[in-house]
Amino acid sequence: MSEADLFAGREDPYRVGRGGGNAKGATGHGEGGPSPKKTVASYGFWIFLLSDIIMFSAFFATYAVLVIRTAGGPTGAELFEQPRTAAETACLLFSSFTAGMAAVAAKREQVAASEIWLLATGVLGVGFLFLELGEFASLIAQGAGPQRSAFLSAFFALVGCHGLHVFGGLLWLGTMMAQILVKGFRPQIQRRLACFNLFWHALDIVWIAIFTLVYLMGIKH
Amino acid sequence: MTDSRDASTQGAKEKAPGEKAQGNDGDITKGATSYVIGLVLAMLMTAASFAVANGWAFVWQPGIGAALIALAVGQIGVHLVFFLHLTTGSDNTNNALALAFGTLVVILIVGGSLWIMHNLDQKMMPTMPTMP
Repeated sequence: MSEADLFAGREDPYRVGRGGGNAKGATGHGEGGPSPKKTVASYGFWIFLLSDIIMFSAFFATYAVLVIRTAGGPTGAELFEQPRTAAETACLLFSSFTAGMAAVAAKREQVAASEIWLLATGVLGVGFLFLELGEFASLIAQGAGPQRSAFLSAFFALVGCHGLHVFGGLLWLGTMMAQILVKGFRPQIQRRLACFNLFWHALDIVWIAIFTLVYLMGIKH
Repeated sequence: MTDSRDASTQGAKEKAPGEKAQGNDGDITKGATSYVIGLVLAMLMTAASFAVANGWAFVWQPGIGAALIALAVGQIGVHLVFFLHLTTGSDNTNNALALAFGTLVVILIVGGSLWIMHNLDQKMMPTMPTMP
C-alpha cells in the first residue's frame, strides 16, 4: 500500500501541505500553488524575529550569571530609579498599541490615520530612547559605567542592545511614513508595514522581560 | 471544490504572523478591539508587576520573584494573542510551531547557562578577596 493510498480521501486538518493546496493524497504538492507573498514575507520575518529573541536570550543569560558580580561597586538596587522604568514601560506599551492602530488604519488604506498613528508610535519611541539615554548618562556620571563591574557591563550590553533595536525601529518607522506618502498602499508597502509591526511588538515583548528581570527583580529586597 | 476557491479563501488558509484570522475590513471597530483589549490587559499586568515588586500587593516575600516571572509570562501571552494575533488554530500552525521552537531554544540557553555557571561556581576553590 503506497503512501498516497493511505492518505487518500483524507483532509489535511493542520495544513501541513503548503500553499493552502487542497491536495488529496500527497501533501505539499497541492494545486493551490505557493502561499500568498504576504504570508511568506511575514513568516520569514517572524523567523528572523525569533532568532533575534534567541540572541537576546544569550544577553539575558549573561546578565543573569553576572548580576551578582558587582566587584564592590553599586548594585542594581542602588542604581535603578523605578519611576523612570515605569515611564519607559508606559512609552513602549502605548507605542505598541499605536503601532497596532496604524496597522488597522493601513489595512483600510487610510493615509492620514496611518500617518498620525505611526507618528504617535515614533514620538513614544523617541520618548523611550530619551529616558534610556538619560539613565545611561546618569549612571556613567555616577561612575557606574560599563567598565565598573561585570554586572554593569552585562547591564549596558543587554539594555543597550534593546535600545539599539528601538533606534533601528525608529529609522524604519520614518522610512515607512515617507513611503506611505510617496508610494501609497501598494502590496509591497503593506508587507513592509506588517513586518514593521511584528518588529515593534517583538521589541515590546523583549522589554517586558527586561523590566521584569533587570529592573523589578533588581529592586527586590 | 478546487474550482470554487478563489484568492481570498486561499489567503485565509494559512495566516501570516500578526494577521487577524478573519477579514476585518467590514466593521470599523473590529480590528481595533483586540488592540484595546490587549492594551488594557497589559496595563493591568504591568501595574500588578510594579505593585508586587514594591511589596504593595500581598505576596509572600520569598514568592515575589516567582510572582513577577508569572506576570511577565502572562503579559507576553497577552502581547502574542492580542497584538500579534497568534492562536493555535489550524491556520496558524507554522507560526505557533516556530514560536514553540524559539521558546525551547531560549529556555535551553538561559536555563543551561545558569545551571552550568552555578555548578562551576560551586566547584570553585574559595579565593582570597581581590584587592580593589
